[in-house]
Amino acid sequence: MEGKSKPKLDLNRLAMPRQDPKVRAKNFNEVALGYTHEMALKEATRCIQCPKQPCIGGCPVNIDIPDFIKAVQDNDMPEAVRILKSKNALPGICGRVCPQETQCEEVCTLSKKGAPIAIGRLERYVADWEREHSSELASSPNPPPSTGKKVAIIGSGPAGLTCAADLAKLGHQVTIFEAIHVAGGVLMYGIPEFRLPKAIVQGEVDYVKSLGIEIRLDSVMGKLATVDELLGGGYEAVFLGTGAGLPMFLNIPGENLNGVYSANEFLTRVNLMKAYLFPEYDTPIKIGKKVAVIGGGNVAMDAARCALRLGADEVHIIYRRSRVEMPARKEEVENAEEEGIIFKFLTNPKRFIGNEQYWVTSIECYEMELGEPDASGRRRPIIKEGSEFTVEVDVAIVALGTTPNPLIPSTTIGLETRKNGTVVADEETGKTVKDKVWAGGDVVTGAATVISAMGAGKQAAASIDAYLKQK
Amino acid sequence: MFKIVTKEKLCPVVDFFKIEAPAVAKKAKAGQFVVVRIDEVGERIPLTLADWDAREGTVSLVAMQVGTTTYKLASLNPGDYIMDLIGPLGVPSEIDNFGAVVCVGGGVGVAPVYPIARALKQVGNKVITIMGARSKDLLFWEERLNSVSDELIVTTDDGTYARKGVVTEPLKEVLERDKGISRVIAIGPAIMMKFCSLTTKPFGVTTIVSLNSIMVDGTGMCGCCRVSVGDETKFVCVNGPEFDGHQVDWDLLFARQRIYCDEERHSLELWKAHHCQHS
Repeated sequence: MEGKSKPKLDLNRLAMPRQDPKVRAKNFNEVALGYTHEMALKEATRCIQCPKQPCIGGCPVNIDIPDFIKAVQDNDMPEAVRILKSKNALPGICGRVCPQETQCEEVCTLSKKGAPIAIGRLERYVADWEREHSSELASSPNPPPSTGKKVAIIGSGPAGLTCAADLAKLGHQVTIFEAIHVAGGVLMYGIPEFRLPKAIVQGEVDYVKSLGIEIRLDSVMGKLATVDELLGGGYEAVFLGTGAGLPMFLNIPGENLNGVYSANEFLTRVNLMKAYLFPEYDTPIKIGKKVAVIGGGNVAMDAARCALRLGADEVHIIYRRSRVEMPARKEEVENAEEEGIIFKFLTNPKRFIGNEQYWVTSIECYEMELGEPDASGRRRPIIKEGSEFTVEVDVAIVALGTTPNPLIPSTTIGLETRKNGTVVADEETGKTVKDKVWAGGDVVTGAATVISAMGAGKQAAASIDAYLKQK
Repeated sequence: MFKIVTKEKLCPVVDFFKIEAPAVAKKAKAGQFVVVRIDEVGERIPLTLADWDAREGTVSLVAMQVGTTTYKLASLNPGDYIMDLIGPLGVPSEIDNFGAVVCVGGGVGVAPVYPIARALKQVGNKVITIMGARSKDLLFWEERLNSVSDELIVTTDDGTYARKGVVTEPLKEVLERDKGISRVIAIGPAIMMKFCSLTTKPFGVTTIVSLNSIMVDGTGMCGCCRVSVGDETKFVCVNGPEFDGHQVDWDLLFARQRIYCDEERHSLELWKAHHCQHS
């Protein structure tokens, strides 16, 4: 290529159409509408196919990003689908909920010019294209020859689904055990419809099933069978992808009052049980007039935006640090703000106050200030003495984070756990200290992202495969 | 999908079901519960096991018609299926030879008391059972309870059968009479369990109650079922359902059971209207 003049860089990163904030604040339909075909081609064409390919390294599941974008440039959508799916069984999900801005797009060569390729939006476009054209596409490739080895996977969230898909592609016989009545884990109970439509999750679950994987729903492992019983019952390896499903509370007075929810409960009622469609669906939810969500992560944003869509007049997010320390994705914070969510920074609850019927009526809060950085690297919030004030609420949602469910660790002899309940596993392989048992995703790291769980599922699948082959 | 194999009307608003669930039946223990969801739009509700049969591969549930889910369940018949049945959940009852125990069952609480009384009897306890209902037509399983008890006392609030009064009266008498009682297990409406706990407190007898809070997942995920026990917050689904009745904050439990009163009523009215139109 020497001697040739450099092609002119196109730095016009193409925005993705979204529902108008005023409209979307009142419905549960997806906020982001996705690229049109023309938009996808236009955005893909901006990719300069640089030789370094930093984006691949930025992706926890190492998708061949330049190749799939090249296929989009060539308008060869089936090829784009094939490349994506060879590394990622859940592209429609990742295209929607991955924090690309800190992964593939952050390291994109064009990022230095402030206009990284919108890789996530393209991934989403390709996945959606496939779903819309599924009838025209060839069915899944022929199944690989069976190895005759059985693997049990506990949990059907992003880690479990990814691990299962990779193992099935290698010819192993995989059974996923899921505790609740639908597969998908946090993708179904946690992330709201307006960010990740459930039909898309189920479409990708169906794809995983089409690889020959059996998913047993309503199966609470640790209760129905222990890990050792699975290993004694013909499974040669077990992968724990049980996530971080236990809600943390503030442990302050009044937290058990009616109207005070964990974000997990609030979101489970809304997303999994479809309480937003009550009474068509049987599961109810309290629709607050004045709602406060406590926390600054993505789950807090999700809960606040659900409360607004259910019909709340006013929704506040109460966060003890300031805007810059908020762990939520910038895009989600902006979405929330556009929709009218009110942020109260440097504020921390002291206690919940209720009426005689045990319903929450207000939250007494402290004003906070920031001190020196703490272990997390963020500045430590400190109470301003005598600064108490109250915020009136009729629904409060505690979104402080989650820890792993102890059901499996407490019923599995020989598994090592940390003080916070997470399972100890090798960072590279997911192997736990227990023979034949691997783990990955939130159960190992504590609450993190969908894609990091998928990355862990992938690494564990490779390690399990290597183990099964040398057996 | 889980098939209903037997249905029996125990009294006008209470039904007994045997449901095929071999994996659950294999692991079930006295005091545990299952979560059921009847259909695609259904709510998840907990029901304490009334019995199970590992060989037959069935679990038995007794449900009183109170809300949409239990009305839906009551409308089903042998051969029909329920969408989901999840379990066995919760910590099993502590079964040991305590010496002499009193088992108290009130209303539909008689059903979950039965396997606990049976297990306690099997390990050598002297079992005194007190069962009560509002009225004669609401009483069931007298024979069954009798078969696992050394002594059975039956009460009806209105005196239409056996002894007139509520279960706390004979409970107090038994504790006064028999100083060897080392444990009381009380299962029934929350108000009954509260008063049983108040009755046994002066005697200093350990009193175990099985709490019936609202749940969603039943596996520790949501915290909807949280209760205050001895000033500590506990999840009924994973820390319970059985707790020390002397430590439970009953008023909080009552309040939390009423969270969705209005919504539940609304949902049931709609279901009834719809169901009557189509049957």
